Amino acid sequence: MADNEATVTEEEPKVLTDLEKVGEPAVPRKKPKDVHGDELTGSIKVPKVEENVANHKPYLCKPVTMEKLGFPADLREDWHDAAIAKMADLLKKYKSLQVYMDICVKCGSCTDKCHYFIGTQDGNNMPVARAELFRKVYRRYFTTEGKILGKLAGAERFDLDLLGEWYSYFHQCSQCRRCSVFCPYGIDTAEISMAAREIMDHIGVGQKYTNDIIAKVHDVGNNLGMNPKALKATLESTEEDLEEETGQKIRLPLDEVGAEVLMVTPSADFFASPHVESLLGYAKVFHQAGISWTFSSAASEAGNFGMFIGNYSHMQKLASRVNDAIREIKPRRLVVGECGHAWRVAYSFWNTIIGPFDTLDPKYKRPQHICEFTLDLVKNGGIKLDKSQNDHLVPTMHDSCNVARGARMGDKPGGQFTIPRELIKASCNRYVDMDQDTIMEKTFCCGGGGGLLTDDLLELRVQGAMPRMQAFSKVQETHGANFIALICAICKAQFTKILPKYGVSMEVAGGVHQLIANAIELGAKQ
Amino acid sequence: MSFELNGKTYETDDDGYLVNLDEWTEDVGAHIAEMEGVEMTEAHWEVVNFLRGYYEEYNIAPAIKILIKEMKKMFGPEKGNSAYLYDLYPAGPALQACKIAGLPKPTGCV
Ligand code: SF4
Ligand code: SF4
Ligand code: SF4
Repeated sequence: MADNEATVTEEEPKVLTDLEKVGEPAVPRKKPKDVHGDELTGSIKVPKVEENVANHKPYLCKPVTMEKLGFPADLREDWHDAAIAKMADLLKKYKSLQVYMDICVKCGSCTDKCHYFIGTQDGNNMPVARAELFRKVYRRYFTTEGKILGKLAGAERFDLDLLGEWYSYFHQCSQCRRCSVFCPYGIDTAEISMAAREIMDHIGVGQKYTNDIIAKVHDVGNNLGMNPKALKATLESTEEDLEEETGQKIRLPLDEVGAEVLMVTPSADFFASPHVESLLGYAKVFHQAGISWTFSSAASEAGNFGMFIGNYSHMQKLASRVNDAIREIKPRRLVVGECGHAWRVAYSFWNTIIGPFDTLDPKYKRPQHICEFTLDLVKNGGIKLDKSQNDHLVPTMHDSCNVARGARMGDKPGGQFTIPRELIKASCNRYVDMDQDTIMEKTFCCGGGGGLLTDDLLELRVQGAMPRMQAFSKVQETHGANFIALICAICKAQFTKILPKYGVSMEVAGGVHQLIANAIELGAKQ
Repeated sequence: MSFELNGKTYETDDDGYLVNLDEWTEDVGAHIAEMEGVEMTEAHWEVVNFLRGYYEEYNIAPAIKILIKEMKKMFGPEKGNSAYLYDLYPAGPALQACKIAGLPKPTGCV
């Protein structure tokens, strides 16, 4: 008897907690017959991912980190009511969210415009279907028809299964806003997905990758978790490399009070390849232009993952580090390095949440993008570029979605497209653009944005990169393109990892300032 | 997640990286290596030991460029290059060697 009992307990399947159930992979949905989503597929197939990854199910955030960020450690007992209350809150706070809930006419224009839908062919990844997960709940609790007619009116009770779908599909959206470009009403699914994540964190369902990183910035100062001592050592070591390469003392200053320019860049630039090649580019530009500059250990991160989880107060707290640095360094100018979502936060939010930047010189944009900064120098002769140094390269530009659709650059509309391209063309003799439907405001995300750049989502990342790979392979064939120029740390990391899976060398991905670093003429000016 | 070795349980994160750095011993390192399918030789230990030393001082793993440069300084150019390191650790020196060294997984926009 006793033995029997023991055997029985052993064989009993592991009982999942409610939270664990939420974290289970969701079941994909067949795509509707009339939706193709293969307009861009053609010759490129999505490679199989060999690694043992849990498909499309990002790890849940651990209780300690949740608490650190001020979220419940576990799925709240009263999660249902708390979620609805939070939704009411957000609908009131963000008028646009309320509008997006009501105005979708199910016209279908957005269905095949999402790279994750194209790559996964999972019907739930059609932007309208993704938003529908949110809308169902909205209708049930906030509309009269929904309250009375329920399912008939497309309304659904928020239960554990639906929450599980939320967790899965709002983490298969990189918040790239491509769908909104094709929507006649401009419905922005990215905003819906941010709101969904905000609600989930609020009831105790967080995603590990993003939340760990936010906690790390609060603790140590940057996404990498590189403390000031390590940062200093890393910069010094990089200065040595620069001297070896160029024979000149090119500095990477840190915490230098009174520098003209405070440079805020993604911490990946200090650490990873190819990111660091752009760091060398920044340093050479400042050096040659003779403009004093510095990084700051208080603001050693431009990125701001607070945006990915739709959490305003974390976004603000993360951004406030820039203010600390301004107070300390007292610069006249503020320049931001190559980072897509960081530029969106800097361009669209900094002035509201941490501005106004009264102490900075109003002659310059506050803040200014490094591409703008460098292009000005190219134009006014502050630096000279020798294009022949890049003759081995045929670059093409991958517009980062957050720069393309979430920000601008320079003085003219579309500056975010023309400025980086002008810079590339100023440093290279050859250049080719990818298919018009895949660049500029219609650019495809790299597949790793929005807090999805984590190995537990590797399969999704490979699938989501497919439309971009398709467009690249075309210019590879027709023009011999062999360099994808980037201005985003996430794009750089994503491509470095994903390119080899598509049979392309990881060296093909690099920063715009990597091209500048190759081409810049150093030494005495004539 | 966790694994057992000689009757002791070691806690790891979801990707199998040791949670408590202080629990690391050479045996633990060798065990993780075995799970990774890496056969540890003298050359492998050189990398692991360097990583641990660097981490002790800086609380973070070194940038790959620094790893390469320091390996070069200590062991000469034939060991101070990326191809050599990828040979030793096919899943990438940053990820795999850190894992075996008991260091946390490097994350961020990398
Ligand atoms: S925002 Fe981007 S990732 Fe999200 S649904 Fe729209 S196209 Fe897809
Ligand atoms: S394009 Fe806009 S209105 Fe049409 S289905 Fe998509 S979200 Fe709805
Ligand atoms: S990673 Fe780059 S391409 Fe992808 S979401 Fe961000 S800015 Fe866009």
